[in-house]
Amino acid sequence: MVDNKQQWKAWLYLSPCIILLLVFTVWPIINTVRMALLENYSGLKAAGGQVFNFGIGNFTKVIKYRRFVSCLKNTVLLCVWTVPISTILALLIAVALNSIKPLQKALQTIFFLPYVTNSIAIGMVFAAMFNIVGSFYGTENEIVETAGIINNVIEFFGGTHINWINYGSSYTANMVVMVVYIVWNALPFKILVLLGGLQSINKQYYDAAKVDGTSRKRIFSRITVPLLSPMLAYVIITGFIGGFKEYTSIVGIFGETMGPANDAGRLNTMVGFIYDALSTNNQGRASAAALILFGIILVVTLINLQVSKKRVHY
Amino acid sequence: MSKDTMQILHAKDMGKESSRSRVMGILVQALTYAFLLLMALIVLFPFYWMIISSLKTLDEYRLNTPTFWPRVIMFSNYLEAFTAAKLGRLFINTMYVGLVSTLLSLVITVLSAFAFARLEFKGKNALFAALLATMMIPGELFTITNYQTVTTFGWINTYTVLIVPFLVSIFYIYLLRQNFLQIPNELYLAAKVDGTSDLKYLWKVMVPLALPTLISITILKMMGAWNSYIWPRLVANDEAHRLITNGLRNAFTTTSGDVNYPVQMAAVALVSAPLFLVFIFLRKYIMSGVSRSGIKG
Repeated sequence: MVDNKQQWKAWLYLSPCIILLLVFTVWPIINTVRMALLENYSGLKAAGGQVFNFGIGNFTKVIKYRRFVSCLKNTVLLCVWTVPISTILALLIAVALNSIKPLQKALQTIFFLPYVTNSIAIGMVFAAMFNIVGSFYGTENEIVETAGIINNVIEFFGGTHINWINYGSSYTANMVVMVVYIVWNALPFKILVLLGGLQSINKQYYDAAKVDGTSRKRIFSRITVPLLSPMLAYVIITGFIGGFKEYTSIVGIFGETMGPANDAGRLNTMVGFIYDALSTNNQGRASAAALILFGIILVVTLINLQVSKKRVHY
Repeated sequence: MSKDTMQILHAKDMGKESSRSRVMGILVQALTYAFLLLMALIVLFPFYWMIISSLKTLDEYRLNTPTFWPRVIMFSNYLEAFTAAKLGRLFINTMYVGLVSTLLSLVITVLSAFAFARLEFKGKNALFAALLATMMIPGELFTITNYQTVTTFGWINTYTVLIVPFLVSIFYIYLLRQNFLQIPNELYLAAKVDGTSDLKYLWKVMVPLALPTLISITILKMMGAWNSYIWPRLVANDEAHRLITNGLRNAFTTTSGDVNYPVQMAAVALVSAPLFLVFIFLRKYIMSGVSRSGIKG
């Protein structure tokens, strides 16, 4: 039934989409590979007529670059901490939500609220909660005007205040703040997907388990988790992909210095590295880093899919 | 022991068992509620802290022991924040970019989804698969070249640069195509027999039937404009075209140390307010769109 008129019409309807994709998606893919393979490529120098050698120099240089290694480490650490924590918490919350009747809708709405926020804006709120207003942090002349609400809570329970994000704060403290913020931000989507999955599980499985007198623990591990495994795999994969692209949440809390005042760039991530290279006109290096990021995401996704093939019950 | 007493004993046992499990059930319920309410408090706390901080005087904010309700309510912080961050201009810029890009994006998405769902052409499936494959690639990879492209086009510091590069979203095309496929083909053939044009059929039949999906797309697209940060900062960071997130970060560059937090929190609350309003009124569409996408904005 493929007549010429329909062919012609289809391409006409698709034309705006295809033209835009050619310019802003297809060409960038080709060009990124090209720039990554031209040693020390710089758009500025290229405009000046410089010719670049073909080679893999950008990749080897990026990998050896100390800043890149630190960016990669930060990104991986954030992923490794935030994905399991947020997934487990979201699973617990979703199961709990699914088991109650009164207040279910209201609580569900509350738990979704962090999703509809601006990560820079709410990052600023978290910064305020962790920040110590004062000066000379960590020295004997330290002046603390107000230690921030999180430190107030710690002090209320008998602890001493911690320098979370200020001048002289430790890397571990910085990371804890980031993990807390990212988990808070990641929960709504995961809860939404997992709760949707739970609600679609056939009630008969639970009735059968009840007749057999199966314990709650066993019901959870033998019925709920296996039947929820496709959704779990989905939130874990998207969690990792999102985690490897982490950037704005750090800008939200630490500002564009990407670290405490005494160590700018300490918390920079892969995406941050790419933009730094781009803004200093090192397109070759930026492209190489972007391709490495793509490679990592691809490998992590494939591993996840491979694992889920064995573990996920569709 | 007679058979009867056996039975009575057995029934007693069962009764004990069920009353114990009923107590357990109530206990588990209570713990479930306690856990959920605690988590809800933690989730809500930053919002609460943002609002009460935004209403405090600077002196009250800096008290050694925090207050959980402002002693004097300072609405003037909001006025100060609005002028300090030039939020008016940022609101208008963001709304303009959001509306125009949503409208154009909807037109492109509807036309493409229609072609993929209803029309027959050579290479349709291969093309669709290729489009889906590009969704795997992180956006940063495109940004590097797109930055050069828009510079060559002379688009830096214009509205165009904020709108055009992101008009096509494969995910939205995919979403709408799935929706269009559910509409029976007979309707299309009947319309053809009646001599209805494709565009009229699209507008009168398919668009109304797919309205929930279109509304979801609209909201997510608008939220995207409201929350976008990296690209606008890169290509349109001048006063006239700056978008809201970028403007907020620019107006308050310091996050730690001695900061005028009440005003900063007032600005944050002002930027967050429209998102909450949209959420309150259109929750259903946002949640259904989001659960299928896995992307923020």
